[in-house]
Amino acid sequence: MNKLILLGRDLEAALSHSPVFRSEEALPLDCGRVLAPFEIAYQTYGTLNSERSNAVLVCHALTGDQHVASQHPITGKPGWWETVVGSGKPVDTDRYFVICSNVLGGCMGSTGPASIDPGTGKPYGLDFPVITIDDMVRAQARLIGHLGIPDLFCVIGGSMGGMQVLEWCASFGDRVFSAVPVATAPRHSSQNIAFHEVGRQAVMADPEWRGGRYLEEGTNPAKGLAVARMAAHITYLSDEALHRKFGRSLQNRDKVTFGFDADFQVESYLRYQGISFVDRFDANSYLYITRAMDYFDLATDCDGVLANAFTGTKTRFCVVSFTSDWLYPTRESRAIVQALNAVAANVSFVEIESDKGHDAFLLHEPELFNAIRGFLGAAAQRRGLPAARGGSL
Amino acid sequence: MTTFEERVKAEQAASPRIDLLVIAGMVEPGARVIDVGCGRGELLKLLEEQKHVDGRGIELKQSRVNFCVAKGLSVVQGDADRDLADYPDQAFDYAILSRTLQATYRPKEVLEELLRIARRVIVSFPNFGFWRIRLQILLGGRMPVTWNLPETWYETPNIHFCTIRDFRALCELVGARVERSFALSPNGHPLGMKVPPPLHNLIAQQAVFLLTRERGKAD
Repeated sequence: MNKLILLGRDLEAALSHSPVFRSEEALPLDCGRVLAPFEIAYQTYGTLNSERSNAVLVCHALTGDQHVASQHPITGKPGWWETVVGSGKPVDTDRYFVICSNVLGGCMGSTGPASIDPGTGKPYGLDFPVITIDDMVRAQARLIGHLGIPDLFCVIGGSMGGMQVLEWCASFGDRVFSAVPVATAPRHSSQNIAFHEVGRQAVMADPEWRGGRYLEEGTNPAKGLAVARMAAHITYLSDEALHRKFGRSLQNRDKVTFGFDADFQVESYLRYQGISFVDRFDANSYLYITRAMDYFDLATDCDGVLANAFTGTKTRFCVVSFTSDWLYPTRESRAIVQALNAVAANVSFVEIESDKGHDAFLLHEPELFNAIRGFLGAAAQRRGLPAARGGSL
Repeated sequence: MTTFEERVKAEQAASPRIDLLVIAGMVEPGARVIDVGCGRGELLKLLEEQKHVDGRGIELKQSRVNFCVAKGLSVVQGDADRDLADYPDQAFDYAILSRTLQATYRPKEVLEELLRIARRVIVSFPNFGFWRIRLQILLGGRMPVTWNLPETWYETPNIHFCTIRDFRALCELVGARVERSFALSPNGHPLGMKVPPPLHNLIAQQAVFLLTRERGKAD
């Protein structure tokens, strides 16, 4: 039913790596439509304890997926957050039962625009309803219920994953014991929306996009999607990080060619980022997920007052930002902290010195690991979970 | 021959931060506590371990905040002068300002905010009326530098020193009732009954006050 055909390749084998939760019960969406049935592909790591009190939900970012701590079935690369999630890692799979699911609208096994529309028997394409972060979280909540988990010990994620963390706390606060929103914002800024619009226009300007019906027509808007990825990738880095990595170094040549080849290493790097991305991502999914992020503004449902989203919260929060992240800068995290302080929530706030930009949350940042480990250790103690092996926090 | 400062340092090392124990002794078990200017979280840790409080901290210096969070404490980066306004009225059982008042820009407003966000406020501060400090100004004619106030006048973050009498006057001004107070000797021990209170301003090196908002002054 949910057979995904991407780039003319049948990825069913790759996707069979993940268990899939299928819900026949209709999912009401913010846009007013309902989705039924729908499927959510997910991965789990570690063991759920008999009290069902040690579950950690990891939420992925725009182009992430459920393979947080296991090899990616298409690229063969390690999980996207193996620095943070795994045996003995800050989110310790020896202690916690970790769940990571592909978001609604995604293209790694969850229902999205590349899935078959049961009404027409063809891929949804642009007939797929426009979804929101709230919709993604509501679908995740169904999965958590299906797994028999009454409440989550922790919800953690960076970037768009952090938006889902915040949405979980606002929508299902009583089911979240602790929350770690990393490098994120309580709403998408005008600049964030602007960058996404550039990406979407690049996809839609590709003649192979065919009004979104490329799967039926056997075309592939790879060029447009690659340009979208290249533009976005720049926003994930920083001027310093790019300069340190590439400077003005030339690519396999001694002097510039007075042409439009990739003379500079940074050009070659970006082209590679673009090309390798299209192998694993669906162009329409990119449109839908960026749109969901653009629509995200946690305060809108609360009379414009962000603090109202957290009124009465019992959740313990650890908010994390990075100094050189200009996509979701520290002031956005500070707005979250301010709102949480306004309701006297239990909140920690760590800003980490790094020149790696937004991407820092995915990279080797020992201060991030220490913060997560310390925060989760204290939360686990409060929750009555057994201490980590080796005794202390 | 050991100097006075060296002897005090040795005593401090043998019994670290008695002033923190004095503060902890004022806090009821299980209370909601916010420690403003929590530094590296020594007091919060002590309160969580001994009094099982629901503790928060605010600290100006980011590296100390990160250190606290890695230890499992709930701490945010913030400025006592600016960020206390974010908290709702009476959100905490105790607000603690330990050796921080003298480093704030607006001590009066900070004290008023603390009395607003917590039912009880504990303030500790170095007593500038301490006889050695008086002597340094009187005899040396220069700004005092002591073991627990080691920075020179041009480097110190402490910009609003006060004496115990000054602080009592401020309490009266902002409508704070002094529930309890301790004057601490240079080694951090509370001065005993043998020292008459009028002499505290001369003999105490630090003071710790437990305050509540006076009835009638509320709102």
